[in-house]
Amino acid sequence: MELTALTAHKLLKLLSENEVSPEEVASAYLKRIEAVDKKLNSFAHIDPDEVLKKAKKIKGGKLKGLPIAVKDNFCVKGQLTTCSSKILKGFRPPYNATVIDKLEQEGALILGNLNMDEFAFGSSCETSCYGPTRNPWNIDYAPGGSSGGSAASVAARLTPWSLGSDTGGSIRQPASLCGVVGLKPTYGRVSRYGLIAFASSLDQIGPLTQNVEDAALLMNIISGYDKKDSTSVNTAVPDYLKSFTGDIKGIKIGIPKEYFISGIDPDVKDTVTKAIDILKKLGASVDEISLPHTEYAVATYYIVAPGEASSNLARFDGMHYGHRTNNLKKGTDNALIDMYSKTRGEGFGDEAKRRILLGTYVLSSGYYDAYYLKALKVRTKIAEDFSKAFKNFDCIVTPTSPTGAFKIGEKTSDPLSMYLSDIFTISANLAGIPAMSVPCGFTSGNLPVGLQILGKPFDEEMLFKVTHAYQQITDWHTRVPAGCK
Amino acid sequence: MAINKDTIKYVAKLSRIELEESTLEDFTSQIGRILTYIEKLNQLDTENTVPTSHAVELKNVFRKDENTPSLENQAALSNAPEQENGHFKVPKII
Repeated sequence: MELTALTAHKLLKLLSENEVSPEEVASAYLKRIEAVDKKLNSFAHIDPDEVLKKAKKIKGGKLKGLPIAVKDNFCVKGQLTTCSSKILKGFRPPYNATVIDKLEQEGALILGNLNMDEFAFGSSCETSCYGPTRNPWNIDYAPGGSSGGSAASVAARLTPWSLGSDTGGSIRQPASLCGVVGLKPTYGRVSRYGLIAFASSLDQIGPLTQNVEDAALLMNIISGYDKKDSTSVNTAVPDYLKSFTGDIKGIKIGIPKEYFISGIDPDVKDTVTKAIDILKKLGASVDEISLPHTEYAVATYYIVAPGEASSNLARFDGMHYGHRTNNLKKGTDNALIDMYSKTRGEGFGDEAKRRILLGTYVLSSGYYDAYYLKALKVRTKIAEDFSKAFKNFDCIVTPTSPTGAFKIGEKTSDPLSMYLSDIFTISANLAGIPAMSVPCGFTSGNLPVGLQILGKPFDEEMLFKVTHAYQQITDWHTRVPAGCK
Repeated sequence: MAINKDTIKYVAKLSRIELEESTLEDFTSQIGRILTYIEKLNQLDTENTVPTSHAVELKNVFRKDENTPSLENQAALSNAPEQENGHFKVPKII
């Protein structure tokens, strides 16, 4: 039996029945990572000896030693965590993120940290200081981003599941491009404590998994109020595994016409249309709706997110952790400012620099009203589009991304074209609502396509219910890339 | 609104990021294009719209001002590029 071919649920069953030991499972994954990840580069940091040592000691909890890998922006105590940036070189957090504590309390084994776009700035995993992660379905293609390593590693079965973070689509877009399930929960559902911040009003942690059941199980463990994150919301967490009623008869689904614009790949359009037909056959009622401010989402986001990022990334100053320049001239005036500027100039990659500059500009005196305040007002309009739609509909279904995966290098010289690849995912972050991507087919080039489903705040159960019903009669989520079998 | 090289230079100074001359040129045109794209927001009338800075409505979150254990001194310093006597060490300022 190939352990690494199994879903988290199936592995958990074997572990619970003592059919296999945590060590055997960990060894199987380590072996597979060793063999396959040379070409994918999905892991940023992994310490096999340490993993095996921990596997020997681990027991109990709901997860019984089941492995998981996390994006390189989750603080894992004592383990390299660098946001795939040179400026955090060598950083070993002195504490755990809350989600890591929760996972370890339930007996999860952290395999390592996964490659990402530097500080989650990107949609292709190409801005990592460790080089790009490659798409398991075709290694000439990007896996999407910024949680590219989180999606590629699950698609290639290098981990049963993973965690990512989503600020403008960074879980859903790579999940779509790699053919796995990815959920961005409602803002406030999962504690962000110990997630190295990008844009604090938009960031949210979520699962990337092989199927919807595994995503629900992981959500059961990571969700909930945390006093260490004052933006986490103190409402009861349901048992998401009970969302699976199998019955979606009469559920009202809205299809926003603005998401089927010209410019969308015809293969994506066909594939998503077929998935919607299946939902109709299952008894859902499907109607066209309008979310009129959709076309303003990307522009709004690229004011709000860089603005918040420029402030959050001020903490990388060469003083507390990570890189500090070696090129300080002795006896310079303003030695401290010189140290900051050189450290940050050397430590940040180009995309991080661009976003910090853009953010600083839109927040600077004289421009604040024209850019930042304007964007916050449009954000209200985008959120209102959704609240109006949810008065009459239970959920909204769209493509996750306008295209399948694009080639590595294809968009790196034109930041704006890269930004536009998140055109369908950004609105959910601006509105704070939950959204999920599930595999729903392939392009003619055999690259995965994702179906996005968006729900009311704190109604992840609806997303689980609908996608679970869909996965009961389709098998897209069971496909494994040929090169990785 | 196009942006010129001097503005980018100024913003880089505010951001405490030293830039190469060639990067400065690239950023000026790239950020200029992004700002031009962003201007599409001006098509919308937002005169009477309330700004949203946070998607979930939250009131101020208060807690009691109580002393609780925090990170040990050495743990907090464990990643410091330079330290001395339990403090972060920085270049001379005055």
